[in-house]
Amino acid sequence: MSQATLRVQKISGHAGTVPGEDTQRQELVCKLIDTTTCIGCKACEVACVEWNDMPFSPTTFDNTYQTMPDTRWNYWNLILFNEHEREDGSLQWLMRKHQCMHCAEPGCLEACPADGAIVQYTNGVVDFQQDKCIGCGYCIAGCPFNVPKLNTVTKRVYKCTLCTDRVSEGLEPACIKSCPTGCLHFGTKDDMRDLAAQRVKQLREHSGFTNAGVYDPPGVGGTGVIYVLHDATKPELYGGLPSDPSIPLMVKLWKHPLKWLGNLAVVGGAIALFVHFLRYGPKARDEEDIRAAGGLP
Amino acid sequence: MTHPEQLALHHHVLRYTLRERLVHWVAAASYLYLAATGAAFWTPWMFWVAIVLGGGQITRMLHPWAGLIFVGSVVYMYSMWAKQMRFVPIDREWWNSLHLYATNQDDKMPPAGRYNAGQKFLFWSFFYAGVVLLLTGLVLWFTDSLPWSLRWLRYVAIILHPLAALVTMGNFLIHIYMGVFAERGAFGSVIRGDVSMAFAKRYHPGWYEEIVGSSNSQK
Repeated sequence: MSQATLRVQKISGHAGTVPGEDTQRQELVCKLIDTTTCIGCKACEVACVEWNDMPFSPTTFDNTYQTMPDTRWNYWNLILFNEHEREDGSLQWLMRKHQCMHCAEPGCLEACPADGAIVQYTNGVVDFQQDKCIGCGYCIAGCPFNVPKLNTVTKRVYKCTLCTDRVSEGLEPACIKSCPTGCLHFGTKDDMRDLAAQRVKQLREHSGFTNAGVYDPPGVGGTGVIYVLHDATKPELYGGLPSDPSIPLMVKLWKHPLKWLGNLAVVGGAIALFVHFLRYGPKARDEEDIRAAGGLP
Repeated sequence: MTHPEQLALHHHVLRYTLRERLVHWVAAASYLYLAATGAAFWTPWMFWVAIVLGGGQITRMLHPWAGLIFVGSVVYMYSMWAKQMRFVPIDREWWNSLHLYATNQDDKMPPAGRYNAGQKFLFWSFFYAGVVLLLTGLVLWFTDSLPWSLRWLRYVAIILHPLAALVTMGNFLIHIYMGVFAERGAFGSVIRGDVSMAFAKRYHPGWYEEIVGSSNSQK
């Protein structure tokens, strides 16, 4: 994607500060997905494939209304389907549009070692720069939502761009535009949160969904994609949406304490050996020395 | 290992056969590449190494293959040296006198055999770190093939791989320091293969006695 009209906020694997950081205020953008009005029509899936010029992907029928088991490197947007049996024995069809969540604290970006391969724009969009991607797959380990997918031929990782090319021109993402029920909304983060809160109030007061709520997980600093759920206490029911996602502990340990302790140990060790050499020198300077010390003729 | 002809020329004795030297240098070359490219993935401040060595994509592609070469040479070393690297009672004594060794009071050291306790420790920590690096490296190599339910394997690998690499890095620094700077004559032994009799007697008295004893008995 072009970075020309977008301002970069974070850069992966980059030594030093972000050029132009904090010089301009820009509002965060956000997708709101209301799972309570999604009918699982897949218009958003088709719109995503069409707009992003991705080829036809073979589907897998597994006796549900889901197109395929998981997203692919060239299929970024998938409605996950779950037939949920409630406590009173009644059935509920849960549909969740699954794509990159555009975390405020992205685990993919944290884990990525390649300079500039993952960027976060000041509008909150997290975007992969395939020309700089080295295909190591660390972003796959860093993501708590199972989003980045590797193209095994080109060895580059792909995911939803939140249609940066459209958004930077003032348009809404392709998925939003295609939604026939109006369950998808796009705007600033503040506006989407307000809209979501209104809908939750409606669900609680008029539709009997007393556990209805907004999904905007604080463990990753909030997300650029938020959900309205019928039952916000059980997000796992919606295609395994993690209830408290965060950057994996091991990724954090590796990137912070281990890195600095390791650097200290290696550099400190090298300096210590050098000082040892200055203090004690070689065990013997030459053969004569060894002979003299060892008592050989 | 201890033939009389080893003693023949100029009071030198064969310490490493051609086979041992070759394997050592295969391991050394692959390790240098792995350490340099690993450092590139380890910290942004070293990413320039990947650029110099052909770019990030090439580096990501070759690092695992170099790893296989390194592990292969370590396994071969295991087959050559595992028996000689077994710890014996004298090694504990030697280890307890490490401060004397570090301050060049070698005449006060308990008599080491062909390998002293430090060299044995180096061998085994390289070996076990190599095993960890191989297993975690395979997980990271094919990380995209792992199902979401096995993601914990990625988390284990992502922390253990650099941890084991740091262990080898410590080993490597000490190994270079001892072999190139501290123990004059050691570097030549892994190039030409021989050391002086004086070197053998000074640093590996147990091994020296073994050679002299066996050559005397055959004379």
